[in-house]
Amino acid sequence: MTKIEEIVQGVLNGDRRSIARAITIIENNTAETQKLIASIYPHTGKAHIIGITGPGGSGKSTLIEKIIRKYRQKGKTVGVIAVDPTSPFTGGAFLGDRIRMQELSTDQGVFIRSMATRNYMGGIAKATKDAVKVLDATGKDIIIVETVGAGQSEVEIIKVAQTIVVICAPGLGDEIQAIKAGMMEIADIFVVNKADRENADKALMDIQAMLQLNNKEKAWKTPILKTAALTGKGVLQLVEKIEEHKHFLEKELERKRSREKAEAELTEAIKEKVATSIIEDLKREGKFEEFLQKILEKEMDPASAAEKLLNERFRKQV
Amino acid sequence: MQSKRKIRILIAKPGLDSHDRGAKIVARALRDAGMEVIYTGLRQTPEQIVETALQEDVDVIGLSILSGAHKTLFPRIMELVKQKGLTDVMVFAGGIIPEEDIPEMKKLGIKEIFGPGTPTETIVQFVFEHIPKRT
Amino acid sequence: MFDEEKINEIRKERERLENITLPKWMGQRLERKSEFRNHSDMLIKRIYTPEDIKELDYMRDLGFPGEYPFTRGVHATMYRGRLWTMRQFSGYGTAQQTNQRFKYLLKEGETGLSIAFDYPTIMGYDSDHSMARGEVGICGVAVASLKDMEVLLNGIPLDKVTTSMTINGPAAMLLAMYVAVGDKQGVPREKLGGTTQNDMLKEFFAQKLCIFPPKPSLKLVTDIIEYCTRHLPRWNPISISGYHIREAGANALQELAFTLYDGITYVESAMERGLKVDAFAPRLSFFFASHNNLFEEIAKFRAARRLWAKIMKERFHAKNPRSMWMRMHIQTSGCTLTAHQPLNNIIRVTIQALAAVLGGTQSLHTNSFDEALCLPTEEAVRVALRTQQIIAHESGAADTIDPLAGSYYIEHLTNEMEEQAMNYIQKIDNMGGAIAAIEKGFFQKEIADSAYKYQRETDEKKRIIVGVNEYATEETHPIPMLRVDPKVEKEQVAKLQKLKRERDNRKVNEVLEKLHYATEKDENLMPIIIEAVKSYATLGEICGVLRKVYGEYKELIVI
Repeated sequence: MTKIEEIVQGVLNGDRRSIARAITIIENNTAETQKLIASIYPHTGKAHIIGITGPGGSGKSTLIEKIIRKYRQKGKTVGVIAVDPTSPFTGGAFLGDRIRMQELSTDQGVFIRSMATRNYMGGIAKATKDAVKVLDATGKDIIIVETVGAGQSEVEIIKVAQTIVVICAPGLGDEIQAIKAGMMEIADIFVVNKADRENADKALMDIQAMLQLNNKEKAWKTPILKTAALTGKGVLQLVEKIEEHKHFLEKELERKRSREKAEAELTEAIKEKVATSIIEDLKREGKFEEFLQKILEKEMDPASAAEKLLNERFRKQV
Repeated sequence: MQSKRKIRILIAKPGLDSHDRGAKIVARALRDAGMEVIYTGLRQTPEQIVETALQEDVDVIGLSILSGAHKTLFPRIMELVKQKGLTDVMVFAGGIIPEEDIPEMKKLGIKEIFGPGTPTETIVQFVFEHIPKRT
Repeated sequence: MFDEEKINEIRKERERLENITLPKWMGQRLERKSEFRNHSDMLIKRIYTPEDIKELDYMRDLGFPGEYPFTRGVHATMYRGRLWTMRQFSGYGTAQQTNQRFKYLLKEGETGLSIAFDYPTIMGYDSDHSMARGEVGICGVAVASLKDMEVLLNGIPLDKVTTSMTINGPAAMLLAMYVAVGDKQGVPREKLGGTTQNDMLKEFFAQKLCIFPPKPSLKLVTDIIEYCTRHLPRWNPISISGYHIREAGANALQELAFTLYDGITYVESAMERGLKVDAFAPRLSFFFASHNNLFEEIAKFRAARRLWAKIMKERFHAKNPRSMWMRMHIQTSGCTLTAHQPLNNIIRVTIQALAAVLGGTQSLHTNSFDEALCLPTEEAVRVALRTQQIIAHESGAADTIDPLAGSYYIEHLTNEMEEQAMNYIQKIDNMGGAIAAIEKGFFQKEIADSAYKYQRETDEKKRIIVGVNEYATEETHPIPMLRVDPKVEKEQVAKLQKLKRERDNRKVNEVLEKLHYATEKDENLMPIIIEAVKSYATLGEICGVLRKVYGEYKELIVI
């Protein structure tokens, strides 16, 4: 076995060291990266991917910790990718998101990995997406992608995640403005964290007013929830909402598939009916036999015969 | 295309003490030297530290302790490092560790121990020079 | 202080010196540095003259010691009346060992006790908790129950000796144990004297020994203030601490400003509780660090007193002059001690202690020279205590009050400190107060930046640390070291488990249930906690109940 094959095998067996190595290979974007992704790709597509974003100070990591605990209680395994920015000047990064989740680090049903944005061609989305595939292939039921701040990365999260949760908290001032500007459109669920604060209701109402505009045309009406991550209040409802959105997506997908299927069937049915009736007419009129002879005598090929027949017929009708 | 291998390093604080000034300064200096620094926060158990190193696939672990509990905690950490197969991870330490304890700590596999007053540059340089090779 | 004409004359002469005489001279020899700055990043001039303090109004800005605005000291006679309290922070190993150290220090002339607790105690864990592994009795004394406190204070008369306890998260529990021992000794509660640090705000951004989140923490702090105001009139319920802010990396100015802001927050919280400002404010006390820059530190202490007096008078409308007092304890700075050439630390401590005395402190702890290496040995502690005694009796620094007043430099720096601290206070006001600033990471960022800057300057030798980045020597002089025997942990754990078996566990469970109820009810918890410790419920059990109700705090990391 080559090294890559070994790592892939490890990932599929749930070996934590291999998962970690595989993500490193993705991050380093070497010649092996593509091979790795190609090998794990067939094993992906089972996990539900949740993107969680919001400004610093909104209590994201604390809330994520609580969400993970809820999923663990339900017996689900969870993977987390926590993204932090790389310094454009030094290329270094300080990755501190997992601090609030450290108690979960020894839970074998949880895998937490910090990623720096680095200077990826094509943005952070690609590497994150591939890292998510590793966690998916290893069998994690839920994968959470956390992105920080009010930059570009959280808009890119839409390319990675299926359900996007945008978090804010009262009293953040300017940061709320940033949310209004960029993240309203991408949110599937909006959360006002630290809802035990005095000014929480004001923040809630502000966002609600804007969501109403946004929700008008959408099939999924983005709900707004209140949580207090510190005490865990509202977390259960949040997880239920995430599940609801997941079902919505599944139904959407199902609806899409049913529609495609029905369309195909209808098309097929029409084709058949039309063809049968035309052929019957042609037979009755003797045209069918006439052209059949021409084909048998090699005067004409079947395709040209059909074209001519139909042309005559429809010209006559017009 | 990004292909240069980034150095990933875990700065961890075992023990109950809260003196994180040194750990944070070192973390910042390593970041400014272009590394990706994962910081665990205060009061980590040996199990949490080693699991984190594994999940984050770091090249280096830096331990900072000032509580005096290194004689209990470092052996446990190094035992777990071996147990989890992190044999190609370099471990160094800093904080208040008496001179006479240093040989014992090094025997556990801790590559270097930096006392108070070590210039951050020395630590950054040391890390660069001792990055383990990966196969 | 000076008339216009005289100031003009001085200005003219200074300009002549600077524009004509000095350039000639400096043409040949430049100054050592292109500019001189103190730790607070204030530009230090070549020379100070009356021009720099021309606005100074003696009665308004300085006054007399014991009188508003207390710039020159809180007592009318200061050290001529009574020397500061020499209080050495100590504690290690078992309660028994620390009790012996206390008795030794009292015999050697110490006038007050100061208890250092080990990390498990500080974090509200019992000695047998898994997080306590390897930490029991190492950095302080292990106190897990009233049993330990009884041994710790055995033979020490609590009506004569005052005790300072460096404890924050579990301050209520340790104070309760102290009160319980006092009750057993038959000392009336109104005679118990001492201090609980009980300053949680600084924990969130500086010392980071937090158990509960900010809100319930502030609630517990206020419980103690309220309880002491009503029942322990000689107890200082809180020691509002800049020391840890400084040790975490803040500069002198930040230490001053952030500490005063914490003070403001506690006053507001106690007033919200319905206490009258003049009922509790006289017992608020402060705790600062003293570093090596002598004049900067002295100016900081003087500015702190003046600014606090103004805050209490103008912001909180205190009437009682004692409410406007800032009484302070000072400790020489642990982080300035070097592991290299440790004997040099004796000199550092001397300078820092002198700054504290010239700054008018009420109480002083001098660090031992070996503290960058280990817990202090008996000999090192003695030298530290002797340093204070030499300053007190031989230097003459204690013979007149505020001897540096009127120095152009000192008065100018004092003004500068006050003004810039006030700017910070306004900034934090605008942010929505201390808790909002903590949650935004404002303090944390300010401190981290200062710490990093200081380290950079040291690394680049812009700042010389003797024996470390200059005048370093290869050879090491081994000094004797104090080690805590690993047996201590085993013994302590065994003792604790024995207690847990032998006490009346039914009673313990009952009182813990009562505590749970009171916690949820948001009552003042002091009375029930006293009841709990008296039933020998352990520290970990009591904190455990509160952890369940309040949740645990996780730090906000800012680098």
